[in-house]
Amino acid sequence: MAIQLEFLQSIPYFSGLGPAELHSIEKLIFEKTAERGEIVLLEGEPADGLYFVASGVVKVFKTSAEGKEQILHIVRPGESFNDVPVFDGGSNPASAQAMGPVTLYGIRKSNVETVLRDYPQVALNVIRVLADKVRHLVSLVEDLSFKHVIGRVAKILLEQAGDGKSPGPRLTQQEMAGMAGTAREVVGRSLKALEEQGAVRLDRHRIVITDKEALKEIIEAPS
Amino acid sequence: MPVIAPEKCNGCGLCVSVCYCHALIMVDNIVTIIEIEDCGWCTQCEAVCPTGAISCAFEIVIEEH
Repeated sequence: MAIQLEFLQSIPYFSGLGPAELHSIEKLIFEKTAERGEIVLLEGEPADGLYFVASGVVKVFKTSAEGKEQILHIVRPGESFNDVPVFDGGSNPASAQAMGPVTLYGIRKSNVETVLRDYPQVALNVIRVLADKVRHLVSLVEDLSFKHVIGRVAKILLEQAGDGKSPGPRLTQQEMAGMAGTAREVVGRSLKALEEQGAVRLDRHRIVITDKEALKEIIEAPS
Repeated sequence: MPVIAPEKCNGCGLCVSVCYCHALIMVDNIVTIIEIEDCGWCTQCEAVCPTGAISCAFEIVIEEH
């Protein structure tokens, strides 16, 4: 395994550390690879360590009893996941799945404590990383709790649909998120919910409104 | 088809790594679509792109009964 020191330095956890310190930390890192779709962490299981994405992308998500999924984070190279149980001693708070082939760098829980003791700069970095994550999650909680996002998405669909004579504008999920004042992940979930309720059909690159009246009822439903 | 803004592409290749139908490749460090018919419109490439260089837009239509 050849871990690039430049890459370690680019990880927010290790920002500000010199080559000698990074060399010491490198010795504590283990590498793990996963294929597309592979679950790399399962919610509720004991935490084995903290992970950084070295290459590829990982999605961190919760699953409901009915199998519905809510993405919490899309983790890109240099970013970490499973931070919380490493620090609070609990189980994995969410599952993580490889979205394509991924290489992960992990540090076992006991070794994370050693790093924090030996390099106080890392502790300061961890505070910043966790603060960023809290801010992201607070925003997601706000969207999911207070905004009638499904109604807003339904309204956007009705307003932006082509009238049969002229096509309406083509919209990405990111654009719909901007219009609804929410996150892209919440739009994806809303579209799936609208499909489950029989109001729309997701047909590859088309969103087909199959029941206009149902869509109107969803728009008018109290939040 | 997914629309690529080459000037925004930073060449990270994350989109290629998540594309299950192999519709994307990197050419000269810029993402390029090669197998248009195979694109399943999962929009994961758009979701993982850190610079917003890929757009998977939906056409919204009303089905007349």
